[in-house]
Amino acid sequence: MSDKNRLNGGLIERNRPMSFTFDGKRYSGYAGDTLASALLANGVRLMGRSFKYHRPRGPLTAGSEEPNAIVELRGGARKEPNTRATTAELFDGLSANSQNRFPSLKWDAMAINDRLSTFFAAGFYYKTFMWPAAFWEKLYEPMIRRAAGLGTLSHEPDPDCYDKGFLHCDVLIIGAGPAGLAAALTAGESGARVILADEDFLLGGRLNAETGLLADEDGVAWAAQAVARLRSMPNVRVMPRSTVIGAFDHGVYGMVERVSDHVAEPAAGKPRQILWRIYSKRAILSAGATERPIVFENNDRPGIMLASAMRSYANRWAATPGKAVAVFTNNDDGHRTAADLHAKGVKVTVIDTRPDAGVSPDYEILSGAQVIDTKGRLGLKSVDVQLSSGGTRTLFVDGLGVSGGWNPNVHMTCHQRGRPQWEETLCAFVPGGTMPTGLIPAGAAIGAFSTHAALNSGQDTAATALGDLGLTVTRPDLPSAEDAPVRVASFWHVKGAKRAWVDQQNDVTAKDVKLAHQENFTSVEHLKRYTTLGMATDQGKTSNIAGLAIMAEVTGKQIPEVGTTMFRPPYTPTAIGVLAGRSRDKDFRPVRKTPSHYWAEEQGAVFVEVGMWLRAQWFPKPGETHWRESVDREVLQTRKSVGVCDCTTLGKIDVQGADAAEFLNKIYANGFAKLAVGKTRYGLMLREDGIAMDDGTAGRLAEDHFVVTTTTANAVPVFRHMEFIRQCLYPDMDVQLISTTEAWAQYAVAGPNSRKLLQKIVDPEFDISNEGFPFMACGEITVCGGLRARLFRISFSGELAFEIAVPTRYGDALMRRLMKEGKEFDVTPYGTEALSVMRIEKGHAAGNELNGTTSAFNLGMGRMVSKKKDSIGSTLSERPGLNEEDALKLVGFKPVNAEHKVPAGAHLMTKGTPVDAAHDQGYITSACYSPNLGCHIGIGYLKSGDTRLGEVVRLVSPLTGVDHDVEVVSAHFVDPEGERLRA
Amino acid sequence: MSKSSVPISSTQRGNVSVHDLKPITPLGAADPRVDNVGPLTLTEVTSVALASVAARLGSEEATRKTLGELIGAEAPAPSRHTGDMLLAFWTGPDQWMVEAPIATHEDLAHRLVAAFGSTASVTEQTDAWCRFDLKGDDYPAVLERLCAIDLGNWQGGEVQRTTIDHLGCFVLARDARTLSVIGPRSSAGSLHHALITACRSVF
Repeated sequence: MSDKNRLNGGLIERNRPMSFTFDGKRYSGYAGDTLASALLANGVRLMGRSFKYHRPRGPLTAGSEEPNAIVELRGGARKEPNTRATTAELFDGLSANSQNRFPSLKWDAMAINDRLSTFFAAGFYYKTFMWPAAFWEKLYEPMIRRAAGLGTLSHEPDPDCYDKGFLHCDVLIIGAGPAGLAAALTAGESGARVILADEDFLLGGRLNAETGLLADEDGVAWAAQAVARLRSMPNVRVMPRSTVIGAFDHGVYGMVERVSDHVAEPAAGKPRQILWRIYSKRAILSAGATERPIVFENNDRPGIMLASAMRSYANRWAATPGKAVAVFTNNDDGHRTAADLHAKGVKVTVIDTRPDAGVSPDYEILSGAQVIDTKGRLGLKSVDVQLSSGGTRTLFVDGLGVSGGWNPNVHMTCHQRGRPQWEETLCAFVPGGTMPTGLIPAGAAIGAFSTHAALNSGQDTAATALGDLGLTVTRPDLPSAEDAPVRVASFWHVKGAKRAWVDQQNDVTAKDVKLAHQENFTSVEHLKRYTTLGMATDQGKTSNIAGLAIMAEVTGKQIPEVGTTMFRPPYTPTAIGVLAGRSRDKDFRPVRKTPSHYWAEEQGAVFVEVGMWLRAQWFPKPGETHWRESVDREVLQTRKSVGVCDCTTLGKIDVQGADAAEFLNKIYANGFAKLAVGKTRYGLMLREDGIAMDDGTAGRLAEDHFVVTTTTANAVPVFRHMEFIRQCLYPDMDVQLISTTEAWAQYAVAGPNSRKLLQKIVDPEFDISNEGFPFMACGEITVCGGLRARLFRISFSGELAFEIAVPTRYGDALMRRLMKEGKEFDVTPYGTEALSVMRIEKGHAAGNELNGTTSAFNLGMGRMVSKKKDSIGSTLSERPGLNEEDALKLVGFKPVNAEHKVPAGAHLMTKGTPVDAAHDQGYITSACYSPNLGCHIGIGYLKSGDTRLGEVVRLVSPLTGVDHDVEVVSAHFVDPEGERLRA
Repeated sequence: MSKSSVPISSTQRGNVSVHDLKPITPLGAADPRVDNVGPLTLTEVTSVALASVAARLGSEEATRKTLGELIGAEAPAPSRHTGDMLLAFWTGPDQWMVEAPIATHEDLAHRLVAAFGSTASVTEQTDAWCRFDLKGDDYPAVLERLCAIDLGNWQGGEVQRTTIDHLGCFVLARDARTLSVIGPRSSAGSLHHALITACRSVF
């Protein structure tokens, strides 16, 4: 069996033999083979089973447009389904398995579907599996799910890594066939920065697959020499194994480079693939053309392939589907296959639909003939031909090359909604309409099919692009090449066929197209979706046009009237992994660490993600088994003595300039112009529509210098908001902004002993007694013998508290010093949970309360919105909708039964009213267990809540079965008079 | 940075603070990190003080003049960096970042406040940023895996703001063999990881 269909010659490296397995059986091939070519050479034509009907299939093509020969490549975690055997480079030890068959490729139980094909015609699932309804989820869905799909996943995490990259060039050349090489040589020699990309591992396009294209030299040799010349130019970057997958805006292209797919495993640390983003000034689409088959009865047997593929296998890969083959063609190009196969010693017969097909001394030509059937279930055995005379003849062949003409690869010209146009003389669509910016198609992609035309088209297009860029054009000499005219007779399908395949990957027949018409799905968009024609991984590259042609015929329209569907990126299937790049698992996004992070890790802190930040959530002590133990302890200890919390993450925006105070007056609802130097003030920011946006404090360090703080989550949005106001609304104000969130480590030191602790580190010349540094003071000081610092007397916890800031690199040392000096006060670090408990106990609003739907009025801060000055949002905050009689008001809630919880998000109902949306009175925004009160508490919004203190209302959460009574109380559970704050 | 409600005596004793708190690097160590990958070296740089300068309205010319005097060259234009012991790079309209050796200019921001007076707004930025220098002839091959900067067009003296692995960074070509990546300090670990991974991917 081995090597039985190997021919002479080819571009394979016979001194580098390789061993591989397919479905567990061992075979040998050579470097330069693809999996498909090596299998064909070994006499294997059967490589897959079709999607719906499980018909035996072999390769239809020799390229990335392949619909049938799709396999599971590699094993274990690196197994990849739906890999095209026609482009998989052979390497030693390669292992592949066929897919979509059970138990084996040769004997597939699901082939029964082929017998029941009447029930599986296009759109069958709209008409079947309806009754009984009880079977939908229990039987039909699992059954269809198991039957659907082609390959299977490994279900293991992808062990490979993928890179992203960025490239810049003057000219991107997509496709390195004759047109692309000519363009690259021209652009390269003219000094432009060039990127030449091709999806193949050997550059040259059809030059490597044909004979006799160039007059005076071998096409293969010329291509190799052109590539070598290009590689020697420092301004040219040659990129094989690189598929340009999409044309995006502004001359940006996506390209997947397969770095390691042709070796057994990527080298350590090296990516499997790279997704390049290419910024080009111009791009030349020299993507070539794809041959189309003809549709006839049983046109899908293993051994039946595109005529050009048959000669690619023979010329480049020295392989043939068999010792005797036939060619079915409607154009001159199909005859090339006959000549090439004959030259390699294969017996050939040509079946030409045209009555004037001519004669040949080398092989028989049947003119005016058609293929009407084929035989050979697991591999082609014979072909039945209807002759022009009316009689029939059977040809016993192992291979049939089919040529229905060529389709320019227009796909990328349509990625931004361009529509191709029909060219009657070619019986094909060519690029038309608006191109993506800077993209110029060339060569076979515009229907310049002869080698001479392609070479010159490439050079001329490059010259145009270079001229656009203002570069002087150097035109290198191009070789003399064949210039055969295109002679094609329109012939799409053989009439009267029953099982004639249009889309082989999705198993769509000519009959299905007619069925779509019968059911009135005649528009090309409906045809596609009703029949699934063109919706498989090959995106209909070998089937779209035939489908259109058949629809045109049955509707009595011309093909261009039927039109085409849209092509979208990616051009060929693309691994999700390469789109993700390095952004996966813990590297999914960057991590921001606070200045005390390493110290907190040493303490065994439990961390929580707050946006990109990692913040200590609580600091468990040995013996504590539940988070509540730690959090309750931190809260109690802080309120009893002193606690320290890292609050570096809150935004710190530096505001300076002669108009800094005036600027703050604009961004804050309350007044700041008269804030004294050395004082801090709570500030509320509104959106333009009057809804509360963020809150924080602003400290005045000097006449012209403030530090504005924001919540952690809004640090960036508020900074952006302030910059917009500065640049766009008040460009005549003298104010400058910059973020200093990262520059300063900032810690809250809170509790009755907080001052005593700070007095041990603040340098003695600074008076931080209650008289020297009263509530809401701020200033620049030094600590620990001269380190510059800033001190703010503000409190989120409701205790006597300060926030101390030092340059970030000293944050770690400061925390350690505070812990050391605080030992005598039993200082405790506290995390975000304790922080939250304390601010809820105090009734401070936070993000949960500023939820984008609530106003200052709802927060109970209506009077804070100054009427004496204009500020962002103040006007619209007065609109009636935000000032209703029974508006929501922020209040506190205590369960009547101390055992009950107060779930955040639960809704509030007046007792005795129905529990429904119409009677809804509000909702809980924040809740916690209060160790100080010994029960759960919550704060939230209640209609007219401020007038209902003492009322008992119903707390409900119908979805989770909560329904109990809570008492409406002041949100300030702890120290409502604020005595501790001012101590 | 000037007056506050409490009396401030001199914040420095001479030119150097005598406090006893030890700094840590952005990567959380006592000393800056150095990695060698193939022909390249990736060095964490913690020896540079940074301060931002933004001209006040109407004082743009005066700010430019003072900045020029400080760095011994014209205030840099967009995408440029210039200077010597004190170096400045453009960060926005009438805005620059100033670099100086921390050993001699730990109080850089303080000095710039004195120099610019009321013509410009100055902030201390030293600890807002981390910096990694890529040294070697081949750093372009690494940078193209990280960001969209077109190094092929750079002649020398350029700086550009860009995104590397979702982090906003400044990239400066110090000379033909040295590239500085300046990123947010709190994400130093993530930035270093991105840089070293790209180095190992290429070499």
